[in-house]
Amino acid sequence: MSYTGKPKIAHPGLPRNQLGLTARDYEGAVSTLCAGCGHDSVTAAIVQAVFELNIEPHMLAKMSGIGCSSKTPAYFVSQSHGFNSVHGRMPSVTTGANAANRQLTYIGVSGDGDSLSIGVGQFVHAIRRNLNMCYIIENNGVYGLTKGQFSASADIGSKPKKGQPNQQEPIDAVSTALSLGATYIARSFSGDKEQLVPLIQGALRHNGFALIDIVSPCVTFNDHEGSTKSYAHTREFYHQVVDMDYVQPAAEIKAAYAKGEVMPIELHNGSKIVLRKIDESYDPTSRAKAFKYLREHFNAGEIVTGLLYLDETRAEMHDLMGNIDTPLAHLPLSGLHPGAAELKRILKSFA
Amino acid sequence: MKPTDTSNPDYYHKVVDCQWACPAHTDVPEYIRLIAQGRFGDAYMKNRESNVFPGILGRVCDRPCEPACRRGRIEEKPVAICRLKRVAADHREDISHRLPVAPASSNGKKIALIGAGCASLTVANDLCPLGYEVTIFEALDTTGGLMRTNIPRFRLPPEVLDEEIGYITGMGVDLKLNHPIESLRDLLDSGEFDAIFVGTGAPRGKNLEIPGRYESDNIHIGIDWLESVAFEHIESVGERVLIIGVGNTAMDCCRTSLRIGAKDVKVMARKPRGFFKASAWELEDAEEEQVEIIVNHSPKAFVVEDGKLTGMRFDVLEYQIDDQGNIDRGTVVDEVTIPCDDVILAIGQDNAFPWIERDIGIGFDEWECPVVDKKTMMSAREGVFFGGDAAFGPLNIIWAVAHGHEAALSIHSYCHDKDINERMPVGMNLSSQKMGMHEWSFSNKYDGSSRRLMPHVDLRKRFKNLDIEVELGFTVEQTITEVERCLNCDIQTVFTAELCIECDACIDICPVNCLTMTANGDEADLRSRLSAPAENLEQALYVSAALPQTGRVMVKDEDLCVHCSLCAERCPTGAWDMQKSTILLPYASDENFTAVTKKSSAA
Repeated sequence: MSYTGKPKIAHPGLPRNQLGLTARDYEGAVSTLCAGCGHDSVTAAIVQAVFELNIEPHMLAKMSGIGCSSKTPAYFVSQSHGFNSVHGRMPSVTTGANAANRQLTYIGVSGDGDSLSIGVGQFVHAIRRNLNMCYIIENNGVYGLTKGQFSASADIGSKPKKGQPNQQEPIDAVSTALSLGATYIARSFSGDKEQLVPLIQGALRHNGFALIDIVSPCVTFNDHEGSTKSYAHTREFYHQVVDMDYVQPAAEIKAAYAKGEVMPIELHNGSKIVLRKIDESYDPTSRAKAFKYLREHFNAGEIVTGLLYLDETRAEMHDLMGNIDTPLAHLPLSGLHPGAAELKRILKSFA
Repeated sequence: MKPTDTSNPDYYHKVVDCQWACPAHTDVPEYIRLIAQGRFGDAYMKNRESNVFPGILGRVCDRPCEPACRRGRIEEKPVAICRLKRVAADHREDISHRLPVAPASSNGKKIALIGAGCASLTVANDLCPLGYEVTIFEALDTTGGLMRTNIPRFRLPPEVLDEEIGYITGMGVDLKLNHPIESLRDLLDSGEFDAIFVGTGAPRGKNLEIPGRYESDNIHIGIDWLESVAFEHIESVGERVLIIGVGNTAMDCCRTSLRIGAKDVKVMARKPRGFFKASAWELEDAEEEQVEIIVNHSPKAFVVEDGKLTGMRFDVLEYQIDDQGNIDRGTVVDEVTIPCDDVILAIGQDNAFPWIERDIGIGFDEWECPVVDKKTMMSAREGVFFGGDAAFGPLNIIWAVAHGHEAALSIHSYCHDKDINERMPVGMNLSSQKMGMHEWSFSNKYDGSSRRLMPHVDLRKRFKNLDIEVELGFTVEQTITEVERCLNCDIQTVFTAELCIECDACIDICPVNCLTMTANGDEADLRSRLSAPAENLEQALYVSAALPQTGRVMVKDEDLCVHCSLCAERCPTGAWDMQKSTILLPYASDENFTAVTKKSSAA
């Protein structure tokens, strides 16, 4: 960590968004993570994404569990809502928060430990519900907060700083989500903000569960030679299959893509996601084909990145349940508490 | 772009905007840090190395450093560099034992310095410690030149001048006061001196040849009038005074008038505000004293009735200013007469060398300025050097000091039969300031305080006489705050490309978005692709070698870096480090001439 804090001054030429804010206005406290942690870059990408989306800070809720990753919501958008929950329980707490107020934009930040070990049950059920949230996994393959033991996402053969290489099969968050029917699935790298920022924007605007699995190197315990989650290894085996742009609702698509290459997909709020295949053989709309492709390239040791799967058609949790739009806090007491007569009527309907 | 060559001392020197802008390249951040540590004597000596007259310049320097100060780009106001210089001078302990001294024996070389102003004194300061026998010829009966005759005592007390000039003349200078040089030919022919330095200033105030000019004794030339006041030949002025011109001499004239009897002083400017020659702070000080500045008035005639000056006639002008800020010549829209008792002309100065014969090999240009080499300060005649206002026309004290140092280097080489065009190179030391994980040997925390204001003597008290120094100097509290405003621009962000793992940590933490990792390109292209607009083309882009993992480059826009060291704190591999750059300027004392050969007197 740094003791001096980040000076409260800014470049006078910084761009302002529609709310008149600069990206600096979306920052939080100075990070206390190790210098060079990938998580800090993800934080910076979130700041940039939220700034560009013109999100009012009080309309954002940051959710997290336990771990290095889960500390990071303190480092962005300090004026938003936030809940730092129990280890692995972020998906459930977010479900509750979202159930009470579907007007907020939810961003959950978790890690490979928080989501794929202790919280794996919570994680899979949030996907199953198609909870409307952006779910970020800052994936470094180790438990950084407890001195770097391998996590459930460590690859077979990856070497630790000390001791034996990992021999257990990793849990891949992306294929797990794909098998469970998540509607927006991406993988990226903390060191590639050009890819990461639009992915986060698309995830925040997607109407349903959006997972971004981000390789985010642990600079202290997992950035050495032989590690499969280091900066150098990730860059070497980086395999981007789909390039993605996020286009604001009002904005026109300016870039001229050759026909057949480009796929504009309209989102719920009128904005667009424009996909451009880098690998022609990849199909981000087919679960089966995506799964096959991912498996093959995973076996080849490649890290496939980009927006890997998108389904805008499936209903999110509230729509499935037919809930009202108004947040519970905004309902009059009569709406929240219909009274004994109404209860009797409902019970009668089951009779 | 090619990777930036940071081994060239100029690169990091330019990052230290204040030091680069100072003609004498005073190491400003270093002396401010010394003040912060309460080491006033050290701060004074650090100043003296380069600018020779810290006490004088701490009051009256033209401060080219302050408009250059990076702080002025981060927020509105630069660091009060000049005021802090005075703090060092005011609070220094006895430094007499640290002053240069002349060696016991002479080196056998004799130098004549003509004029006892700042340029000549700087030459003496540099050459006396090397054993030169230095003679100063001065027309007046006192030293200091324009510093004493033209800067009023309420801005620059005589004790300050006496003390700092005494440090130099005390090294055994042969000071010949009341000794004007009437003929340079005679001096050269005397064969007495190995080299001659002319530091006689620009002593002729410009005249205004308009009707009525010679019909009254109440029309004065500014610098002559100031000199007469300084020597008490003039002790009063009329109640209503008009000052013509709006440069710094005009400011001294109007404020002096108020102290010797004037009640209503108007400064008449031809052009509108924004086109004045006076420094902003001198204007402010004059206006604080209720001097009225009247713009867009061009002098037309003096109104003299029965031999008495009663007023002055002016054309009233209107100007067009275009989008680039250029002003046209103006159109006359009216004519007015403004009543007055005295008029003081402060419209500029010219060089004048009636005592230099035109056939002795010293070339003069069309403005009667001698032709002087800008680097060596030597005239067309070998062995005759010029400096200060005498060389290139009116500049200011700090330029004269810079000329003096260069001339001393040249004279030293010249007297040892060395090529004066072979200058010693500027050197640079870089030293890491890292003390621990997050500890630096300088105060890296950004302090958001605004610029402190100089306290002044109460307006009701200051006009009693000419000797009351108006500026009181910073208080302890003001000093403590002001030193922290300095951004330590000499503590450089030094980057080692091979160590970078491209984790983005430095880019994410930088408070002013000056870092970017991107594909290389030419400068215009790179400037368009940075984290924040890089529109100040006067400030360099640093470009690293190709980074190991992706081949991109690290680009830093030097413009707004506040040297907070967060990039270095957040760097996991030490690719960024904070290193102090010390610019090593060559002085005459740095030359090591072993073989001393006798040279004939200035040929």
